[in-house]
Amino acid sequence: MGTRLRDMIRSIRACKTAAEERGVVAKECAILRNAFKESDPDYRHRNVAKLMFIHMLGYPTHFGQMECIKSIAAPSFPEKRIGYLGLMLLLDERQEVLMLVTNSMKNDLGHTNQFIVGLALCALGNICTAEMARDLAPEVEKLLHSTNSYVRKKAALCSVRIVRKVPDLVENLMVPATGLLTDKHHGVLVAGVKLCTELCQTSEVAIEHFRKHVNTMVRVLKNLVISGYAPEYDVSGITDPFLQIRLLRLLRLLGNGDADISDTMSDVLAQVATNIEGNKNAGNAILYECVQTIMAIEAIAGLRVLAINILGRFLANRDNNIRYVALNTLVKVVSIDTQAVQRHRTTVVECVKDSDISIRRRALELVCALVNETNVKVLTKELVDYLKVTDPDFKGDLTARIAGLVQKFAPNKQWYIDQIILLMVEAGKYVTSDVTRSLVVVISNANALQGYTVRTLYRVFQAWDGQESFAQVALWCIGEYGDLLVSSENKLEGEEPLTVTESDIVEIVENALKDSRASSATVAFALTALLKLSIRLPNSADRIKALILEHKGSLVLELQQRAIEFGSILTKHNDLKGALVERMPVLDEARYYANNAMGIDGQQTTDIEALEPHANGHVRQPNAIEKPTAAAAAAAANLIDLLSFTDEPTTLSNSSGNALLDLLGGGPMGDANSASSPGGGDMFLDLLSSDGPAPLATTAAVPLEGLLDVEPIANTSLGNSSLNGGTPKGPPAIVDPIANISFGNLSLNGGTAKGPPAVVDPFADLTSTAMPAPASAPGLPSIIAMQTNGLKISFDFTKAVDAPKATVIKASYSNLSSNIYTDFVLQAAVPKFMQLQLEPATSGILSANSSNLVTQVIKLTNNMHGQKALVMKLRVSYKVNGNNVLEQGQVNNFPAGL
Amino acid sequence: MILAALIMNTQGKPRITKFYDHVSVERQQEILRVVYSVLSSRSGNLCSFVEADDIFGPDTKLVYKHFATLYFVFVIDSAESELGILDLIQVFVETLDRCFKNVCELDIVYNFGKVHTILDEIVMGGQVVETSSAEVMKAVQDIWKLERVGELNPANIRGIGHYKNSRS
Repeated sequence: MGTRLRDMIRSIRACKTAAEERGVVAKECAILRNAFKESDPDYRHRNVAKLMFIHMLGYPTHFGQMECIKSIAAPSFPEKRIGYLGLMLLLDERQEVLMLVTNSMKNDLGHTNQFIVGLALCALGNICTAEMARDLAPEVEKLLHSTNSYVRKKAALCSVRIVRKVPDLVENLMVPATGLLTDKHHGVLVAGVKLCTELCQTSEVAIEHFRKHVNTMVRVLKNLVISGYAPEYDVSGITDPFLQIRLLRLLRLLGNGDADISDTMSDVLAQVATNIEGNKNAGNAILYECVQTIMAIEAIAGLRVLAINILGRFLANRDNNIRYVALNTLVKVVSIDTQAVQRHRTTVVECVKDSDISIRRRALELVCALVNETNVKVLTKELVDYLKVTDPDFKGDLTARIAGLVQKFAPNKQWYIDQIILLMVEAGKYVTSDVTRSLVVVISNANALQGYTVRTLYRVFQAWDGQESFAQVALWCIGEYGDLLVSSENKLEGEEPLTVTESDIVEIVENALKDSRASSATVAFALTALLKLSIRLPNSADRIKALILEHKGSLVLELQQRAIEFGSILTKHNDLKGALVERMPVLDEARYYANNAMGIDGQQTTDIEALEPHANGHVRQPNAIEKPTAAAAAAAANLIDLLSFTDEPTTLSNSSGNALLDLLGGGPMGDANSASSPGGGDMFLDLLSSDGPAPLATTAAVPLEGLLDVEPIANTSLGNSSLNGGTPKGPPAIVDPIANISFGNLSLNGGTAKGPPAVVDPFADLTSTAMPAPASAPGLPSIIAMQTNGLKISFDFTKAVDAPKATVIKASYSNLSSNIYTDFVLQAAVPKFMQLQLEPATSGILSANSSNLVTQVIKLTNNMHGQKALVMKLRVSYKVNGNNVLEQGQVNNFPAGL
Repeated sequence: MILAALIMNTQGKPRITKFYDHVSVERQQEILRVVYSVLSSRSGNLCSFVEADDIFGPDTKLVYKHFATLYFVFVIDSAESELGILDLIQVFVETLDRCFKNVCELDIVYNFGKVHTILDEIVMGGQVVETSSAEVMKAVQDIWKLERVGELNPANIRGIGHYKNSRS
């Protein structure tokens, strides 16, 4: 029989412990189960209500689902009401029992009592499944025309759910939804506008349809703004802010991308922006929505200024909620109008220091969007200062952001190095290994700053506070450039003098070695540093040896192994030692960033991926054979675009070349070489001449790094790399530019006919394998195929004597600017009487101010040799500072005789 | 849309939970715990919005208001206006206040069914359905009148099964 609901709640509330509560609930559930089994309808109402309470407390209640369905089928209103309530709370759209309720709902939707219809609509709007949506859509649609506003508004929102479940129903609902826009009842209008918005979000057709009714919406909005008082819908002096918000959102959807429509609504938007008073929450809510609409549509500049000014006012508001939404909107707006947002920079920076984490996060995001080359120093300083005092929860975020900003906008390397060191000192444990690694790469590349850096690190390291990332960088640099510490070489202007003796240096490493805060990774760094120092500081060699050998018995395998290996280098292989720990070759910045491109530009990359799933879909496939084909096809598609001979929609992921770098890197040599487009040629009908299919092959530029790893010749040519292999755990040995060039030559040679060596490879002595270089036809001058402000492409020609038709072109790319070019891809097209094969480029990245570092081999066969001269169209695409650059041109100045 | 409407007290006890997207019971309890721990750590002068990406997925926010011993929390996605929802909470609370004459936590505990009815008149399927407190009151009062009478015009009743008169 059980207790009353009130009594059950009381006894649950009286429980002192969770266990006691579980006991009461278990007892109550047992009684309920029994009651359900006996299917006693008298108390069903009460039992379902109890079940709902138990459900809220987090106990399982599935055994009562059937009772809800029975209640819904019952005739009395209280039973129905509790049944529907239970249905919405206890069941969800995944349960099959819902099928059983469809019929009861259908009946209730046709009921004469508005509240029963309302219950059914409400339940349907909350939990309907796709099947129910299909089954009941006609009934709901009918109710959209009901004379009862209570039913109409619920039917409108129920339709929202139905469209979400079954998008095909959009077209049926467009006309009734339009009717709702002229409804007199505010509640119906709110729901109707929402329904229109939903339809627009679901289908393009609906957007077109509702654009025809923009005037209606504008009129409704205008009435709300100027008409004034409607006491029922008044919220602090403003007429129905909810409706205004909904209307503004719908207008945003319709105005976006359509200048005429935007024009139609700009008057009313200006009216809203100027007439609504922003001293109450409701007013601000409308202004906030209005600003977002103005920024989203194709508004005129004046309106945008108005919008940004409103946000400026918001920022200055004392109310945290208003400041939050202002920041939230500015983040969205910053890409549209950076200048306008820049004006509020100081306020935004202040918000980063707010006591509210919601506001801090938003502000930080905004600050990062505002940073550029000119203000990076000021803003970074602000942020680093704040880093010192902020709470730990926020430090991780902040550190990552600062590191990102410094890497992206550093005006010079010294500043970059200073800032990252500072960051490691202030928040070392939040600095990720990516950041420290790129710092090492930068140091390695900045010859003139190495002395300065190691001295700075040394100075800070003297008072080490246990930050691991800092210790590792410092130890690496001390090991690498320890000699510069003593000699004070390359002293910068204004640098404090520092006198360090050899034993000071060994001591500082020793301290780190013995510091209890140092992890085994840090100790490993210290050991390697010592090994390097044994050469750099000859007078301390014995002490160093003793220190290393102390770790011979280390319990950490890694350290023990290092100690023993290093020990034997120092004792048995003194002759080798010098070469082994020679200064590391300069780490290839370009390659490092290329490998990290995904990480640094993570967001942008994902954006591109999202936009162009097709191209990337191919790239991600693990099958090595297919990759080049896909790339070639994509490149080919792009070429169609380039030559504009077809209307076919073409897309090419700009990141695909980059991603290929990694993928092809692991693949066998043959695959990369087969990267010429197999089917691509057929796609180029009439590209350059008017008749017949033009044979044309193209490949995506595939950077060479990967090939170097697998090509035996390449490996032997890497002057320093074998030595580097002897230094365990150092940063990866990276090919130096000379090796790159020499490999460029070798691969070029490999591609041409084998003849007696006439030209000796200029780098033969470096590569230590004297490769026979084939004959090249004399007297073919190099040409500059393309030259723009920042880029020069020159062609060198090789021609085998016995194959007059074939020409091998070595294209060398020079970057004349001070920015690094990434994702560099060259595409070429030739007339149909020629065949073209593009080998992969040696790299997809042109470092700043580099000349001829990256090369690419182009093989040409001129089938009309002697009759027609070579012509070629070129298209180059690359990224500078994250922007895509596209350049194209025609090469007509080929030397005669090709 | 509104993903959930929650009322909990300052001890973290749920008073009303309504999820507009399916959430399993276990997950609901977890959400309540996380939401409570977030809200209870925020002092009164902070803004009413908390990003809830790790609770509800990307681009979701908690919009909350604190009245006496209760938190009123709406979880929304980017299709709702944060400030608008604040006003909606106000409407909700005003309506409760009118219905219960100075609403307090106990009213909500013992009359959660009524509170659900009120909520259903304001939010339906995650969308705002009515924003006028007076309209909501009118509907709710009519519903309660029906509830007391319990009986509808028999001519309109097509349901089957046992049927019982008024109930306390």
